[in-house]
Amino acid sequence: MKRADVIVVGAGIIGSACAWQLARRGLRVALVDDGLPGATAAGMGHLVCMADNPAELALCAYSLRLWRELVAQMPEHCAWRSCGTLWLAEHEDELALAEQKQQRLAAAEAESRLVSAGELRRCEPLLRHGLAGGLHVPGDGIVYAPNVARWLIEQGGEAIVRYRGSAVALEPQAVRLADGTRLTADAVLLACGLAANALLAEPLLRAKKGQLAITDRYPPQVRHQLVELGYGASAHASNGTSVAFNLQARPTGQLLLGSSRQFDAPDDVLDMSLLATMLQRATQFVPSLAQMNIIRCWTGQRAASADGLPLLGPHPVHDGLWLALGHEGLGVTTALGSAALIADRLLRQRPAIDDTPYRPVRLLTVEEVSA
Amino acid sequence: MSKIAITIDGERLWVKVGISVAAALSMTSQPHCRLSVSGQPRAPFCSMGICQECRVSINGVRRLACQTLCQADMHITRSDNG
Repeated sequence: MKRADVIVVGAGIIGSACAWQLARRGLRVALVDDGLPGATAAGMGHLVCMADNPAELALCAYSLRLWRELVAQMPEHCAWRSCGTLWLAEHEDELALAEQKQQRLAAAEAESRLVSAGELRRCEPLLRHGLAGGLHVPGDGIVYAPNVARWLIEQGGEAIVRYRGSAVALEPQAVRLADGTRLTADAVLLACGLAANALLAEPLLRAKKGQLAITDRYPPQVRHQLVELGYGASAHASNGTSVAFNLQARPTGQLLLGSSRQFDAPDDVLDMSLLATMLQRATQFVPSLAQMNIIRCWTGQRAASADGLPLLGPHPVHDGLWLALGHEGLGVTTALGSAALIADRLLRQRPAIDDTPYRPVRLLTVEEVSA
Repeated sequence: MSKIAITIDGERLWVKVGISVAAALSMTSQPHCRLSVSGQPRAPFCSMGICQECRVSINGVRRLACQTLCQADMHITRSDNG
């Protein structure tokens, strides 16, 4: 390959989407990945329009528009399903949350509608009696993110050259790999999640551990991705351990069950008592889960920024260094939007949405970095 | 030696007391337990309850063939996973 225009470090869903987007716009990309599983391999692959703060909503809504343009081209192994999300109100007082979410989504031109308790039962018969109601967001969906990432890279054709190796050091407009290879380019983009902490030699991202369980295959009985309305509060908590009910019907007939959040648990060991809490929570919404078998459980680490929003754009101090980091649990949803914003900025084009809230400079002031 | 009768996919089979469902399956003409998502036949692999390959329906409930002992009149169905 001729010298790359951009080196992308990390071939998860963010790095792959960035490499694909940059290649589409005529740049030559060197894509470096160590082959170790990261957040993309561990997550649920839910394309979900989160609306808990305006910047998060704007990026989700934009990115989901881009996903909808792409899904028709994706091969079957990417497992795209247009299932929509049903946000569930367990108690009457949560209906207010549903209404607020509905209004916020409407402001971002994302379709949603309130669902009565009776309608909930009719469209998802496995839900227990007595839930208060919910909110249906039809534009949400699911994918199998590891295969989407591989497919995006393939779509880049010869414009993307892959390097299997661990990036161990950053130099101005260069990346050094563990085997001694030194790659150079006009720009270096870090899209390697938590691994960026070591490369930047600063604790930019915090690990939020999660665990998931998946059942045996059963005849399909759940149509929507089911999430409790309290999920947002759990997802955005900055401390403590929390669980929130999240259930996804996989195309295989398996049910994928989440979710949990734990800070400062860097290992990959299952927390059995937390798993039990997750499963208890799940059976409060879908009692028949108690009769099903779980065949696998696993953990993963989300990479969280200090303010919960991703860092997208140039590093404020190091010339030629770009960041696409800190997507936490929303990396699959926001990957295409993030990639488009990165490509716009790199090519000095006007982004389709205001990217100010995601610029790294907000968390990496020049003074702090040089101090 | 005492034997018990079980059925596998509707077929009656006499087996020794104390054998596992996985062992009983291996005595039939069809070694597989289930078909994978892509239609590949799957059979007991680890035989210690870890690999989850030998999922079958036993009296209507999904079980691991390697972890379940045959009981008299047990109805075993190779799992087509719906």
